[in-house]
Amino acid sequence: MKFPVAKTLIATATLTLAAQASAFEQSRTAECIAPANPGGGWDFTCRSVGKVLTDLGYISGNVQTVNMPGAGGGVAFAHTISKRGDDSALIVAASTATTTRLAQGQFVGMDQDMVRWVGALGADYGVIAVSKDSPYQTLTALMDALKADPVSVKFGGGSAAGGWDHLKVLIAGRSAGIEKANLPKVKYLAFNGGAEAITQVVGGHLDAFTGDISEAQGFMESGDLKVLAVLSEERLPAPLDGIPTAREQNIDAVAPNWRGFYVPKGVSDEAYQWWVDTVDNVYSSDNWQDVMQKNGLMPFHKTGAEFSTFVKGQVESIKEISTEIGLIK
Amino acid sequence: METLNFLLQGFAVALTPENLMFAAIGAILGTVIGALPGLGPANGVAILIPLAFSLGLPASSALILLTSVYAGAMYGGRISSILLNIPGDEPAMMTCLDGYPMALKGRAAEALAISAIASFIGSLLATVGLVILAPILAKFALRFGPAEYFALFTLAFATLGGITGKNQVKTVVAACLGLMIATVGVDITTGNQRYTYDILELYEGVDFIIAIVGLFAISELLFFIEMHAGEGFKKVSLNKLNLSMKDIIQVLPTCLRGSVLGFIAGVLPGAGASLGSFLSYTMEKKIVGKSGYFGEGDPRGVAAPEAGNNAAANGALVPMLTLGVPGSGTTAVLLAMLISLNIQPGPMLFTQNAELVWGVIAALFVGNLILLLLNIPMIGIFVKLLSIPPKYLMPVVTLVASVGIFAISNSPLDLYFMIGFGLLGYLLRKLHIPLVPVILGMLLGPEMEKSLRHALTISDGDWTILWSSGLSVGIWAVAIAGLVLPYLIGPVLRRRMAAAQDKDHSIVD
Repeated sequence: MKFPVAKTLIATATLTLAAQASAFEQSRTAECIAPANPGGGWDFTCRSVGKVLTDLGYISGNVQTVNMPGAGGGVAFAHTISKRGDDSALIVAASTATTTRLAQGQFVGMDQDMVRWVGALGADYGVIAVSKDSPYQTLTALMDALKADPVSVKFGGGSAAGGWDHLKVLIAGRSAGIEKANLPKVKYLAFNGGAEAITQVVGGHLDAFTGDISEAQGFMESGDLKVLAVLSEERLPAPLDGIPTAREQNIDAVAPNWRGFYVPKGVSDEAYQWWVDTVDNVYSSDNWQDVMQKNGLMPFHKTGAEFSTFVKGQVESIKEISTEIGLIK
Repeated sequence: METLNFLLQGFAVALTPENLMFAAIGAILGTVIGALPGLGPANGVAILIPLAFSLGLPASSALILLTSVYAGAMYGGRISSILLNIPGDEPAMMTCLDGYPMALKGRAAEALAISAIASFIGSLLATVGLVILAPILAKFALRFGPAEYFALFTLAFATLGGITGKNQVKTVVAACLGLMIATVGVDITTGNQRYTYDILELYEGVDFIIAIVGLFAISELLFFIEMHAGEGFKKVSLNKLNLSMKDIIQVLPTCLRGSVLGFIAGVLPGAGASLGSFLSYTMEKKIVGKSGYFGEGDPRGVAAPEAGNNAAANGALVPMLTLGVPGSGTTAVLLAMLISLNIQPGPMLFTQNAELVWGVIAALFVGNLILLLLNIPMIGIFVKLLSIPPKYLMPVVTLVASVGIFAISNSPLDLYFMIGFGLLGYLLRKLHIPLVPVILGMLLGPEMEKSLRHALTISDGDWTILWSSGLSVGIWAVAIAGLVLPYLIGPVLRRRMAAAQDKDHSIVD
């Protein structure tokens, strides 16, 4: 299905494109694969970036979002490698969930070097939270309780066991000095989404919530949930600047759930560079900053070689901790 | 007051021109779907789900479209009941009893108009009931822990067969089949793959939308092929409408009584719209007594079941939205829709997605008004649609379903799955095994399993956690009643329903 071109946008397009000296010429329309059903985070990444790409005229035609659910992104990953190897008008949405599955070998026979990582345009940072009348009022107190007895605190989160939300607890626990042998004993209950897990925490059925700040924000504002720590390098911008980071509490745990893209391995260096430059420009545009503001995305910007190194590093560290706790052998 | 505020916000969502358009389209499509014999509301909604997805509609618009289809199908069901003596869907069965005799007497237009008004009143009152009751139920939200959820899902399965269900064993077989299909995919409690055989497409399990479309729509197509029902029905004629205010006032009390009874039947899990219309009709007959001429074309005999079944249809939305437990086949399909939109129905829905829920409720009000306005002047068009031969209709339905399914995931494998489920659905229907429990097994199975495992993790393996709170004990009690009652009351109710139908046939013959 192709949609008619929005001709009015071409005027702005020529202005912006002139700034780009690259010899590569992007095709009139592009495609963004969201490796999940409509409505999720990847779908949002594709649709919102796609809109900015056309609004700013980087793509003169239309950026079509194609939903390709399956295997937590594995189907789209395999599709990109095997069927779209040199398609330079294709981007695929990815996030920390993608690197987690790559690290744990859940995309059977595939690894992160089989695609090219373009960049990330924002992140949702991890948080650990409790209900307002919880006995634990700091992350240190919570971790001390776990150190004394690893089954004393029961966590709930929106990802499957071994998924990113579960790993956040373990990353923080490891930094806090919980014994390695005790880490796998920490109880984690998997729910279908962050909100479902928060309800259980607020209702007093579980002790703590692990998830992203975007999931916790509503319940935090209503006063039902107390966020003990945000797993970011620095405090988040206002109005979330009241939440202490884990680092401030001497627990060195950083867990960004970034949102970004990869492209097929076989695209030319010029095409890859075009996407890197474009993502840089999109990130700094007012349009995108507005999208971030409205959707609670936090600053996180890495592109090109820096981003590829970051992805590799994240895959390595997730692999390490997953092996340690016995998720992968 | 708070509820009223939410409702007003809901109207702000429902009254945007775009959503108004979707409500109108849904209402028209729904009426057509309901009117065509065989293509009941569950099928209609099932076919349109993939379409709503592939259009990339926002969640609220998609839901407004589909709830309007649902409401419209309940309206449409009466058209073929009255004109052809063939119920468009099961709940419309009781409307045949007096509707068709009215048509035979040359008062088809009046029967249709009265039933439209009765449907409107039924839906309207039930939606008011939904507005009042749902937030009260939703208040219990935070008290639901894993143990209570497990009891709740058991309740859903216990009441699956319905009070009037004949063969509980076949219902159980169907539910187990659904539960088995649901185990395919990643087990989120441990992160392990189950029955996926390293096929990436299976990692997230079998998509229940595909299963629904296959089981309902494709199996329907196979039945049409088998029956050679290609030529359609004889043309029906319609007289000029001659309805006075007096006629409307005469049926008004009937409508009100039917609505209340229907709503109650709808809210109770396992009862559903068929029972709603049956109860309304029999009660009306008792109340009116000898002065009525039920079975021979009494307008009250048209109004009562129509008010009852529409009220029950909306009443069934109460347990679906607040507890995540569907009371009927169509609400089960709507539940599937919600889950696919990443909206988890259940006690928290009203807090987390307030705007969406109230938008949908407001859309029900708007949709009903649209339906009433559509149904009186446009009835002639709907009647003409009845004479479209299925040989043109069914291929179109299949095409729409297939395109929709392919557009969701762009995977040809999903189309094979759809056909597979179609064959399975055909086989199951031949064996008289109901299809709805299969879907419910697929929908609720993973949730039920997860709740049980969570409960046991929290209690460190102590099973008594499952009945350790007053709430869970209460739910268990209802669940047990749901299992036992069909054996006690079921035969009586079934006999009466059968008797009512026999009587109807004796008139027709």
